[in-house]
Amino acid sequence: MSATGTSTLSGAQILLECLVRENVDCIFGYPGGVTLPLYDAMYDHPIRHVLVRHEQNACFAAEGYARSTGKVGVCCATSGPGATNLVTGLVDAMMDSIPVVAITGQVSSKLIGTDAFQEADTFGITRSCTKHNFLVKNVADLPQIVHEAFYIASSGRPGPVLIDIPKDVFQAHSHYVPVSSIHLPGYKVFTEGHTGQIRRAAQMIWEAERPFVYAGGGIIAAEASEELRELVETVDVPAVNTLMGLGALPANHPNFISMPGMHGSYAANMGMSNADLLIALGVRFDDRVTGRLAAFAPRAKVIHVDIDPAEISKIRNADLPIVGDVKRVLSKLTKVLKELEPSCREKNSLTRQAWWRQIRSWKAEHPLTVETSTSEIKPQHLMREIDRLSGGEAIVCSDVGQHQMWSAQFIRFNKPRLWINSGGLGSMGFGLPSAIGAQFACPEKLVFAICGDGGFQMSIPELATIANHGLPIKIIVMNNGYLGMVRQWQELFYNNRMSQVELNSFPDVEKLAGAYGFKGRTIESPHELAPTLREVVNEPGPYLLNVKVSSYENVYPMVPAGGAINEMVLGPPQPVTA
Amino acid sequence: MLQIISLLVENKPGALMRVTGLLTSRGYNIESLTVARTMDPTLSRMTIAVDVDQNLRSQVIKQMNKLINVLQATDLTDVPAVCREMVLMRVRVGMSSRTAILKEAEIFGARVVESSTEGFALEATGEAEKLEEFIDIMQSYGEIEVTRSGSVAVSLEAKKLRLSAPVQKAHAAVASLETVGT
Repeated sequence: MSATGTSTLSGAQILLECLVRENVDCIFGYPGGVTLPLYDAMYDHPIRHVLVRHEQNACFAAEGYARSTGKVGVCCATSGPGATNLVTGLVDAMMDSIPVVAITGQVSSKLIGTDAFQEADTFGITRSCTKHNFLVKNVADLPQIVHEAFYIASSGRPGPVLIDIPKDVFQAHSHYVPVSSIHLPGYKVFTEGHTGQIRRAAQMIWEAERPFVYAGGGIIAAEASEELRELVETVDVPAVNTLMGLGALPANHPNFISMPGMHGSYAANMGMSNADLLIALGVRFDDRVTGRLAAFAPRAKVIHVDIDPAEISKIRNADLPIVGDVKRVLSKLTKVLKELEPSCREKNSLTRQAWWRQIRSWKAEHPLTVETSTSEIKPQHLMREIDRLSGGEAIVCSDVGQHQMWSAQFIRFNKPRLWINSGGLGSMGFGLPSAIGAQFACPEKLVFAICGDGGFQMSIPELATIANHGLPIKIIVMNNGYLGMVRQWQELFYNNRMSQVELNSFPDVEKLAGAYGFKGRTIESPHELAPTLREVVNEPGPYLLNVKVSSYENVYPMVPAGGAINEMVLGPPQPVTA
Repeated sequence: MLQIISLLVENKPGALMRVTGLLTSRGYNIESLTVARTMDPTLSRMTIAVDVDQNLRSQVIKQMNKLINVLQATDLTDVPAVCREMVLMRVRVGMSSRTAILKEAEIFGARVVESSTEGFALEATGEAEKLEEFIDIMQSYGEIEVTRSGSVAVSLEAKKLRLSAPVQKAHAAVASLETVGT
């Protein structure tokens, strides 16, 4: 029976039809009163629904799915509390430009505005946490809106889009009319960069004596890793990847320096500070990267390539802005660079060589080093061992805090979409649910969820989801018994007055994992580390490993808040100023 | 000085909220806001007068242009444009002042829209400063009640409106309808 013919479908069925046409194979959600008609339609529909244990985690899982694949992640919640629980995940996706479509139920149209049971003004609440949102008032509008939502979420600068659907719209019947075209006259997607600007950029790059590539999450969103590699190799320019951009240039690439910023490496920050040309690609000059803005890359001219015109000169004035899809811009730019190469390559070759010597010496002076101890497990040691097992190929979903920074420093990523973390919003509780999304999206991949003991306890309910589906996620809790990053700041800037950061009563993970029916273990001795991690990875199912690490280790290098990035504190106990 | 922003927006629920939300979330106080349909009934023209730091003005315009319901946002503060406001005023005066009031109204180009033994209802349009003078003078005659429209502005320069063309949607080749058994 063809439903495009004479028979009608319910709004809920139309929604599912639209999702199928958008190639959605997996929804992360949690049912409730007003979404009953939707869940009833799902009952005998082939689309896969993953029941999480909290709506916030539905959105994080959808993000994990989207971040690991580039496809739109989909989550679903009921009205009122269901919808408000999505908010953190939506802001998280907004901050990191992750394509997510969130579907929320709403009370029946007639009840909207009457303080009905489980009513919340979802449309109003999520206005500022989405790229766009919709309230569906008529079932006939549903297909157009759903397809527009997917288009908006995934095009231009990606982001979350929410569709709020009242219960009566789910229940109303209509014909499904296929949507063949989307017309959003006010939605401007800039793709091609300005040819003249690209030519000028190429000129500037060849003329620069100390060029430096500052590449971020935009490279990953645009699938522009290949183009980035080509650019970097054409000009032989040193490059850093931001926290959001790790994996954009392979960590084993000779031109890759590491991560810049507050906990970036010495060489990365010194390179940024001394460059005479910053080639900023898909980045937004985040305060955690720039440090004190007035002192950021003071001698550099800036070429800024971004798909979002509002990012240009938002923080740092761009001497040469190029608005466009970084993938297309880079491929054109590299072409022009190659055309100009014969006449330009030799001009600055001596100063360029000196620049590379300088960068190598910065790298050698203060490399990111792994300290080990024979009595306790150092967090950096843990990350180095995970790095060894990953070999630059595993998906690593991190929570937020010290372990996130150590992971970013010591775990190498040779491909994009392997490093998944909450960069902009810094949402604790992100690691575990995002790993669920990534594992569903990439069932064949080795997926680590690296959490602190704080963030892990924010997402404990999702152990049930993991057990439920036998997801072979390797959950590594870096347990220092503290909210480590907050403790670090209290130690350094608040006279070590450790206020409300001690996390006592951490559960026995063997019993905890056992209660869910999978393996768990606690280790605290350095010599157990490598063999246990191997055992964890070899386990076919999920594994919860609690690694007790030194409690008072701090993340270095560190740029104190308000400091310039070349004024790093390189390590304890005596701060060394560069 | 206030920033005068002119916006062409889709006439859809939520469009106004998106524009004002963008300003209020940054802590800017909106001095006035007018909105009405254009010749194309699917679109509205909005004029906003808002107190934004000089160095953040272009950022605000860019953020507004990013909104999906906004077709065009333009800063009219420093470009050739005319900006007018309308005042509706009720003046309660005794018989003795009626002639004087009408004289003042004439000087300011105001019109009488209602007249009774109690006084007048007057309508005046003009630049904000001129209207303020008018209000001040009328106040000296007696009790007044004033409603101001807020600024409406029109640009004197032709600015090309760049709109996005429709996008063809390539859906999954095989729809599920036939296979799902609905």
